[in-house]
Amino acid sequence: MARHTLSVLVEDVPGTLTRVAGLFARRAFNIDSLAVGPTEVPGLSRMTVVVDAEGDLLEQVTKQLNKLVNVIKIVELAPESSVQRDHVLIKVKADAATRLQVTQAADFFRARVVDVSPDAVVLEATGSSDKIEALLAVLEPFGVREIVKAGALAIGRGHKSMSERALRPVSA
Amino acid sequence: MGQAPNATPSTVARAVSKPNPAAPQAGLPVPGLGRVVEPTEMKGSAAIIRSLEELGVKDVFGLPGGAILPTYDPLMASETINHVLVRHEQGAGHAAQGYAMVTGEVGVCIATSGPGATNLVTAIADAHMDSVPMVAITGQVNSAFIGTDAFQEADIVGITMPITKHSFLVTKGEDIPRVLAQAFYLAGTGRPGPVLVDITKDAQEKPTEFSWPPVMDLPGYRPVTKGHAKQVREAAKLLTASLRPVIYAGGGVQKAHASRELMAFAEATGAPVVTTLTARGVFPDSHEQHVGMPGMHGAVSAVAALQQSDLVIALGARFDDRVTGVLASFAPDAKIIHADIDPAEISKNRTADVPIVGSLDEVLPDLTAEFSRRKAEGLAPDLGAWWENLNRLRETYPMGYTPSTDGALTPQHVIQRLGELTGPEAVYVAGVGQHQMWASQFIKYERPHQWLNSAGLGTMGYAVPAAMGAKVGNPDRVVWAIDGDGCFQMTNQELATCVINKIPIKVALINNSSLGMVRQWQTLFYDGRYSNTELNTGADSIRVPDFVKMADAYGCVGLRVEREEDMDAAIQQALEINDRPVIIDFIVSKDAMVWPMVPAGVPNDAIQIARGMTPEWNEED
Repeated sequence: MARHTLSVLVEDVPGTLTRVAGLFARRAFNIDSLAVGPTEVPGLSRMTVVVDAEGDLLEQVTKQLNKLVNVIKIVELAPESSVQRDHVLIKVKADAATRLQVTQAADFFRARVVDVSPDAVVLEATGSSDKIEALLAVLEPFGVREIVKAGALAIGRGHKSMSERALRPVSA
Repeated sequence: MGQAPNATPSTVARAVSKPNPAAPQAGLPVPGLGRVVEPTEMKGSAAIIRSLEELGVKDVFGLPGGAILPTYDPLMASETINHVLVRHEQGAGHAAQGYAMVTGEVGVCIATSGPGATNLVTAIADAHMDSVPMVAITGQVNSAFIGTDAFQEADIVGITMPITKHSFLVTKGEDIPRVLAQAFYLAGTGRPGPVLVDITKDAQEKPTEFSWPPVMDLPGYRPVTKGHAKQVREAAKLLTASLRPVIYAGGGVQKAHASRELMAFAEATGAPVVTTLTARGVFPDSHEQHVGMPGMHGAVSAVAALQQSDLVIALGARFDDRVTGVLASFAPDAKIIHADIDPAEISKNRTADVPIVGSLDEVLPDLTAEFSRRKAEGLAPDLGAWWENLNRLRETYPMGYTPSTDGALTPQHVIQRLGELTGPEAVYVAGVGQHQMWASQFIKYERPHQWLNSAGLGTMGYAVPAAMGAKVGNPDRVVWAIDGDGCFQMTNQELATCVINKIPIKVALINNSSLGMVRQWQTLFYDGRYSNTELNTGADSIRVPDFVKMADAYGCVGLRVEREEDMDAAIQQALEINDRPVIIDFIVSKDAMVWPMVPAGVPNDAIQIARGMTPEWNEED
């Protein structure tokens, strides 16, 4: 299976998230991650959906999504022409003996320390999913207590906006 | 998600658009009578009725209850809306479907919250599967009570999300006209389907300002109706290169009202036409290019036309498993032209070589013109050999049946005579099962909207209420419900509705005393172990209920036919009664089976014309 990142522009009305999530479940499509929030246009939200699907199935996913009345536009964001970021909070065991090692490891990955207690620190990291995985691998020996991840966010490179026609829609 | 912003729908439309957008516009055309109503103070409930009046609604089917009670008050005063009070909300749903199917208008059903709404679910799912334009209006508990498990509260928007084209929850009276206009627009345009409008009791009770038409926009909804010119050219190119083309006409032809366009296209190309279960009648059975219904119980000639073709032209059809059999072995040598208004249907099951998204009433004339242009250049091939083969199959393996030997009537013969004595101007509505298949096989369909049934969902109990709705929509036509004894017992309470509201439908009960199609499978695949399929309504049983007495109790005319020689007279008698419903209890053999049949899990080439008998595909030397 191949991972694809879809940006889905939707009307910000009650039930839209349920409709999108329900569609994925009903049609047996797999969602890797999903993030949703408001956009620069009042009344519109944008969902970033990472799906695991091959060509034909991806086409079905986008066609079915397009049928939802509250869905306005769908584009696929290719890795080379977009910026894609994961966001994670990690609670790692760290006492006086190990704290420096943990924060040093965090520094290598440009993760920030956002909370410190006598026996743990909370790190915040942003980056590609590869980078986040590498960070977690480095932290693992210290004892990772909790991980909270947000769905991936993605945006196209360059000056174009999703509200412009120039951006190629996934399906006609 | 946040709350719905009331602002900016039109600015939204300008900012962004779906693929292939229409030109930016301030609002969509509001369906209905096109009248203008100046702002007037009224209750939300009155606004619902006014909106329905302005939308041109003439007949609705429903049953009141607590949460929809406010709306039933102004409904009583409406001079243009006829409300038919059903006995069960499922009946209202199927009646709205039947009404929509014969009139082409959006059918309307109304129910209260909770159980009233959930009783509509089967009909909504049925309408969704068969793309029937329908608006279901349900009452909902007070907005302040939503989410508290209040009396008769059910999240009907949530429950029906997977089985509606779209749905709305209305909590404010001022939204009523716009939402209803949107609901009718969505239900009736593009690929039609059911739309649910759930309205809270407080939205119905509070005063609001009503005006018409509402400003309406649906920025995420832009159905494409005109086929892409390049694809149309590609399709015509394939057509002129094909030696064995077949037109696979589906229910979409019915919904697009494109029978005339289909006829022109078929006659221009000379290609054989098969009509699916939802398309029976869109192309006349009597036309020499019609080679039958395809699929699991289809005609040998229709199944062969698809299996052996080199080009399938699918029109508003969705390659349903009942048509294709094992998908991988379906029409193995064929290229596919697939025209449908729903882009998601194209290449869903079978990959299309030429996809055409559009409404068939627009696509077909374009396709005909393009084909004719190429034909004029001498590019169209001779289909003589193809027709020779299909004609041989059609003559060798016509639809047929063997008479019953157990003394009971032959069900196929009953249905055949019913069709012959009544003719193609009547409407025939079937339930689901053996009688449905026989009705699709042995009645001649000559015009669109002549045949109604529950195809996709396969809802037993569809016939009586759908026939009722069809009779309300087409009061001047004879409407036959051809029903089984199993189906009939699921929804026959609507006979009371028919009697009281003077809706004189006719019911032909194909009474084989069992759940016949299930029994057939038990005969064929479960060694004749008849687990729970005996209903004790027919021959050699205690006959519970006695359908003739039941008809009598409802104030219908009840007739029973047990002998071949009484059959025609009973049908004639039923045809002469027009002041009340008639039920004829035809006592038929339970051993009759539906043939041909493609058993599950085998290619369509393995179609059996009778148990263990497959056709000779190649002409013997």
